[in-house]
Amino acid sequence: MLIGRRPEFHWSQVTPRSTYISRRRLLTGAGALALATEAAAKAKLAPLAKSPFSTTEAQTPYKTATTYNNYYEFGTRKEDPAQMAHTLRTSPWLIKIEGAVAKPRTIDMDAIMKLAPLEERIYRLRCVEGWSIVVPWIGFPLNALIKHVEPTDKAKYVAFESLYDPRQMPAGEYAGIPFPYKEGLRMDEAMHPLTLLCVGMYGETLPNQNGAPVRIVIPWKYGFKSIKSIVRIRFVEKEPPTTWRLANPREYGFYSNVNPQVDHPRWSQANERRLGEVFRRPTLMFNGYGEHVAALYSGMDLRKYY
Amino acid sequence: MRVRLLKAAAWIACLTPLALLIWRGFHDDLGGNPVEKITHTTGDWTLRFLLITLAITPLRKTFGPPRLIRFRRLLGLFAFFYGVLHVLTWLWLDKYFNVSELLADVRKRPFITAGTVAFLSLVPLALTSTAGWIRRLGGRRWQALHRLIYLSAAAAVVHYYWLVKSDIRLPVLYGAVFALLMLWRVALRRPTPSSARRIAANTVSSTLSSKGTGIP
Repeated sequence: MLIGRRPEFHWSQVTPRSTYISRRRLLTGAGALALATEAAAKAKLAPLAKSPFSTTEAQTPYKTATTYNNYYEFGTRKEDPAQMAHTLRTSPWLIKIEGAVAKPRTIDMDAIMKLAPLEERIYRLRCVEGWSIVVPWIGFPLNALIKHVEPTDKAKYVAFESLYDPRQMPAGEYAGIPFPYKEGLRMDEAMHPLTLLCVGMYGETLPNQNGAPVRIVIPWKYGFKSIKSIVRIRFVEKEPPTTWRLANPREYGFYSNVNPQVDHPRWSQANERRLGEVFRRPTLMFNGYGEHVAALYSGMDLRKYY
Repeated sequence: MRVRLLKAAAWIACLTPLALLIWRGFHDDLGGNPVEKITHTTGDWTLRFLLITLAITPLRKTFGPPRLIRFRRLLGLFAFFYGVLHVLTWLWLDKYFNVSELLADVRKRPFITAGTVAFLSLVPLALTSTAGWIRRLGGRRWQALHRLIYLSAAAAVVHYYWLVKSDIRLPVLYGAVFALLMLWRVALRRPTPSSARRIAANTVSSTLSSKGTGIP
C-alpha cells in the first residue's frame, strides 16, 4: 500500500502570505485578480499513493467542500469560514508533542511532511448536524507520527488542541463554545490505520477554512472529532476533555461514533443529506467503516458511550 | 388611492425575500446545502413577519398613523405564507411526506414540537382573516382568537432558540424584540380601561412632544 517514495513537496515551498499578498496587489493593479487569488495561496501535493480505504463514491465538488464549513473560530454560519479564515497564518507552524512519550518534541511542517509518504484517501465525512460530504483528503496515518515520538505505557488517550488566536480569529468570541478547541481519541482509535493526519485535499494543501495546515480526519466519527489546525498533541492516561462535550455534555459524547440508532437529543441521526443531493439518504453504522472499526468497540454499550 | 399604492409597495416588499431566494437558486448561489438555506431563509422570514405584524399596533398607537392598521392583515398573512413554505420544505425535502417519521419528530424533538405549535396556531388566523369571518365571529371573539399570534411568535422564538447549537445571538435578539412588544401590551392593557386610556394618552402626547411632530 505504502510505496516508499518520499513526497517532493516541502512546506518551505509554500509561498509566504506576505509574498502572495503583495503579488496579488501587483496583479490587481494589472487587472488579473481572478488569476492570483486562489492559485498563489495553495500548493500542489505530489506524488500521492492511492489507498484501498478510498471510496469510489462521487466526490463533493471542491467549491462545496470549501464554502460550507464548520470552523467556529471564524464564525458560526456555514459560509463564514471561507470568508473569514484568510487571516489565519499557517506559516511558520509548529506542533508541540508532549505528555506520556519517550521523545517529546516540537516539530514544524517540513518535519511532519517527512514522517511518511503522502496518500490520497477519499473518505465520507458525516457531520453531527445531519449532512455529509465525500472528500479526497491527503495525508498519512496518524500512527506514523505517534510511533515517531514513542508513547509510554501511560499513554491511554491522545488529546489534540487547535490554534486559538483571537487576533487571527476575531469571530471566535461569539461562537458560544470554549476555545482553544480540544478533541481526543482513545489510543487504539488514534493508532487505527483509517485515522489520517491530513495536510491537504483535492490534490493541494488544505485551504484555511478546512483546517490548514494540518488536521486529523477520522471517517467513522462525526465531523467535529476531526479537529483542525492542530498546534498541540498530548498523550495522557485519562480521557481528555473535548470541546463540544464541555459545551453540552448531554448532547455530545467523547466517542461520537456515527450511529444511526443513537439520535442526537434534538434531531434524528437515522439519515443525512449528502451535499449536492436533494433528498436524504440513510446513515450507515460507523459511517460505513464498520468492517474496519467495529471491533474497537466490541462489548461497549454505544448508547451509553455515545 | 395612496393606500392602494402603499399596498402595492408592501406586496412587493413582502415578496422580495422570496424573489431573492428564487433568483439566488437559479444562479447557484444558495451555498453548499441549498435545502438548508431555503429552510432557514423561509423560517427567518416567518419569524420576522410575525414580529413586524406584532409591531403594527404599538407603532400605530405610539406614532398615530391609523392607516397602518390596514397593513396588519397583509403582514400577518405573509408570515403565514413564509411559514407554509418553511413547513412544506421540511415535509417534502427533509421528511419526504413520511407521516410516521414526521409525527415521531413532532413528538420527540422539542424544537420541532415548538415549531409545530408556532405554525398550527397561525392556521386558524389565516382562515379567519377575511371581513366575512370578523362579522361571523363578532369583533370581540375574533380578536380573542387572533391573540393566538402571541403564542405563535413565542413558540417560533423558542423553536429557533432550541435549534441553534451554541451561537444564540440571533434567537436571543428575536426573543428580546418579542418581549419588548409584549411588554408594551402588558404595560398598556393591564390597568382598568379608564386608566389605560390615560396612560395611552400620556404616552402618545409625551412621545409626540419629545420626538417632534414630523410623523404623520
